[in-house]
Amino acid sequence: MTTAKLKLEGVAKHFGHKKVLDGIDLEVGRGESVVVIGGSGTGKSVMLKCVLGLIHPDRGQILVDGENVVGLRGSAKEEYLSKFGMLFQGSALFDSLRVWENVAFGLIQGRGMKRKAAKDIAIEKLGRVGLKADVGELSPSELSGGMQKRVALARAIATEPEIIFFDEPTTGLDPIMADVINDLIVECVKDLGASTLTITHDMASARKIADRLAMIYKGHIIWCGHKDQIDNSGNAYVDQFIHGRADGPITMDVLKP
Amino acid sequence: MNNPLALVGRATLSLFGLAGRLTVFAGNCLQHIVRPPIYFGLIGRQMIAIGYFSLPVVGLTAVFTGMVLALQIYIGSSRFNAESAVATIVVIGITRELGPVLSGLMVAGRVSAAMAAELGTMRVTEQIDALTTLSTNPFKYLMAPRLIAATLTMPLLVFVADIIGVMGGYLVGTAKLGFNYGSYLKSTVDYLEPMDVISGLVKAAVFGFLLALMGCYHGYYSKGGAQGVGAATTNAVVSASVLILAANYLITELFFTS
Repeated sequence: MTTAKLKLEGVAKHFGHKKVLDGIDLEVGRGESVVVIGGSGTGKSVMLKCVLGLIHPDRGQILVDGENVVGLRGSAKEEYLSKFGMLFQGSALFDSLRVWENVAFGLIQGRGMKRKAAKDIAIEKLGRVGLKADVGELSPSELSGGMQKRVALARAIATEPEIIFFDEPTTGLDPIMADVINDLIVECVKDLGASTLTITHDMASARKIADRLAMIYKGHIIWCGHKDQIDNSGNAYVDQFIHGRADGPITMDVLKP
Repeated sequence: MNNPLALVGRATLSLFGLAGRLTVFAGNCLQHIVRPPIYFGLIGRQMIAIGYFSLPVVGLTAVFTGMVLALQIYIGSSRFNAESAVATIVVIGITRELGPVLSGLMVAGRVSAAMAAELGTMRVTEQIDALTTLSTNPFKYLMAPRLIAATLTMPLLVFVADIIGVMGGYLVGTAKLGFNYGSYLKSTVDYLEPMDVISGLVKAAVFGFLLALMGCYHGYYSKGGAQGVGAATTNAVVSASVLILAANYLITELFFTS
C-alpha cells in the first residue's frame, strides 16, 4: 500500500464559539490533483492554513509522507514547508520587491541560492507562465490582476515543490484569463509531477484542474469522488452547489424583508 | 452585562493578555536578533529609512528646542541673577533629556507608524503568510532587521540632535541674548560630563528598540483590512510614545539616583 502524500485525519479548528473545521478527513495521493469545493466561510482556507502551519488545529493529525507535521517549529517547520508551494487568492506578491525577486524569493531565502542563478530560474519560470523577461524588472503594482496571478503561479512552482496549494486561483479574473490560469496550472503541475490541493468555488476551474473532487460543508467533507462522478453524486448538497441553486439543503442566512 | 466588576475583570484580563503577547513577541524578536543568519543588507536599508530620512525632522526639532531652551532658561535664571548658567543648562538639558526624548517621539511618529502600516498591509494581504510558506521566518526577515536598525540608528540620530540642539541654544545665546561667542562655548564644554552624553545615547538605543518593537508588534497583529491597518498605525505611535516616556523615567532613575 502506498502512503498518501498528504493526509488529514480528524482535523478540527474553532475560533471562539464558531467551529470552522469539525473533523476533516482528506487524502491527496502522489501526483494527484484534489479540488475541494464549498461555499464561502465553510473552512476551505483554514484547512490549507492548518496544513501549512499558519494556524494550529485544535485536534487531528496532518500527515505528509506518513509523518505527522502538526506542531512542527523552527528549522523542522522550515524544512517541511520547503516541500510546499502556494498560490494565494490575492496573489500576495511582495510589493517591495521586483517581479523576478518575488519569483526567486524561495530560492534565495529558502534555499540559499545565489541571486544570479536564482534570477535565471525566475526568468525561466516567468516564461513558463507566458511572461517575458522584461516583466521581471517591474514592480508587482505595475501588473494587471491576471499577470499578478501568473507571477504568483511562477513563484509557487519556482522551487519545484512536491505539494502545491492553490487558494481560489481564478477568483477575480475574467473567464478567459481564468481558463488561461487553469491551463497553466494543469501544465505546470503535470511537468513537475507534484501533488496539488486546490480550493475553489469556481466549478469550471474545479472540473478542469481536478482528478478528484471533495465538497466541504460546515467543517466536514460531505462528499468525495472522481470528477466524472460529481454530476451523479447522489448528494443533494453537492447537486445544489454545482448547479448554483438558491433552493436546496444549503441555506444562506439572508435577512428577507 | 454592565456589571462594573465584570468590566474591570475583562479589562484586567485583556491587559494581562496584551502584556503576555507582547512579551512572547519581544522574546521571539530577540531570539532572531542574536541567532544567525543576520540580514545585513536589510539592516542597512532600514538604517537608511530610519536614520537618514529622519534627519530633517529630528534636526528641526532639535534646533528649535535648543533655541527655546536658551530663551526660557535665560528668562528664568535672570530672576536670581544666574544668566551665566544658560549654556550649561542648555547642553545638559539637551544631551540628557530633550535630545533623546524629543527625537524618540518624532521618530516614533514617523517610523513606528510606517512600520505598522507596512507590516499591517503585508499581514492583511497575506504577504506574511506567503513569506512563511517560502520557508522564511517573518521574525528573522521582517522584525529583526527593523529592531537592530532602530536600536543602532537612534543613538547616531540623537548624537546629531544633541549637536544641533546645542547649536540652536548657541545661536540664540550669542545673537539675541548677548553672550560672548567664546565664553558661551567654553561654558558649554567645561561643565559637560561624559555621563550626560552617554546616558542620552543609552536612552536613544532603548527608545529605538521600543519604537521599532511597537511598530512591528501592532503591524504584525493587525487585522480587518484598511481600518485594521489604520488602527495598528495609531496604536503603534501611541504605545511607542508612552513607552518612551516611561522608559525615560526608569533610565534616568537608573543613571542619576544612587
